[in-house]
Amino acid sequence: MIRWLFTILGGIVLGGLVHLVSVLALPRVASKDAYSRLAQISRVNDVTMLPLAEPRNALMPFQDPAFATAICRYDLTGGSIKLTVPVNQAYTSVSFYTRNEVPYYAINDRSAGRRVIELDLMTTEQHAALPEEEDVTAADRLIIDSPTPTGLIVMKALAPEPATMVQAQTSLASATCKVQDPSLPTSKR
Amino acid sequence: MRLIFVSIIVLLLASTIGLGTTWITSTRGASVGSLTIGAWTARPRTGSAEIDPYSRASVARSGELPIGTGDGIAFTAATDDKGRTLDGRCDVVVSGTTPPARFWTLTLYDTQGQLVANSMQRYGFTSEEIVRGSDGNFDIRIAARARSGNWLPTGGLDKYLLVMRLYDTPVGVATRGQRDAPMPSIATTGCP
Repeated sequence: MIRWLFTILGGIVLGGLVHLVSVLALPRVASKDAYSRLAQISRVNDVTMLPLAEPRNALMPFQDPAFATAICRYDLTGGSIKLTVPVNQAYTSVSFYTRNEVPYYAINDRSAGRRVIELDLMTTEQHAALPEEEDVTAADRLIIDSPTPTGLIVMKALAPEPATMVQAQTSLASATCKVQDPSLPTSKR
Repeated sequence: MRLIFVSIIVLLLASTIGLGTTWITSTRGASVGSLTIGAWTARPRTGSAEIDPYSRASVARSGELPIGTGDGIAFTAATDDKGRTLDGRCDVVVSGTTPPARFWTLTLYDTQGQLVANSMQRYGFTSEEIVRGSDGNFDIRIAARARSGNWLPTGGLDKYLLVMRLYDTPVGVATRGQRDAPMPSIATTGCP
């Protein structure tokens, strides 16, 4: 009797451990996560327009069909990235995700306060390596630190009415996401 | 011999319990740090680096990208205000007020998060295209067959989800309830 009690108790305790380990490991082993899905249709450090969300073709679940969406899958090992996103009439936002879909930063057109959202994305090391005088002018320039060397940038433009969707797509299509010239001081090591 | 037998049972029990609970929490979601207002539930922290391990696991499993905090917040409803599952064969009315936000969208999904096909290609409404009454309030009628006003088709699904997303909004981690974020009511008004 006591043996069975220990068996069940041992099973539950071990089960708790298995649960904790598997929950923590899931983001690392998942093969159908958003990044992996988008990796198939996008190039690194380049802007890719996503097809509009429609029934049965949706790349990812729970996409907002009122938005035109473009992504930039980035890799910072070759240097920091300069991102420019033109703002559309209604609402534009840029969100940053790590390789494991942790949304570490998001900004919208109003908080950016300009006609074009301009950002520099770099790793913490690249940011630390920036020359001092550059950091002074940085007040004028938005620098985002990426916690991981690879990840996703998602750019979204709202079409408040279906008729404005083409316009939202056009404004996103001229977004750029490029590795900055390594000869520039920005990526000096 | 007996020890081996017992160990096998322990291990079997452990993997069943461990993986089972992981599967349940990553599909249904654990209610860690969730904000519930009426029938609506949001997880404000999933939009930031403070996302909890359960939400991370469920995001990785489903393949979605959570909306970032600086962008907005998403509220999901699977039932009406009385706790009745949203049924696509019934008439459901979403009405009232919305929390402060520059824009909002209301979208209908099946339980897998896919849009529901319909001849009007209408999958939801934005705050701009909605037809409002003279007092600025609105009601959205969700039904399988055409309705007057703001009609959102269900395709006759037996279960669906409503997601209301607020963009550029003060609603977030600091929001506690209905007073900060007056979410619209959801009522089932009739079933065939």
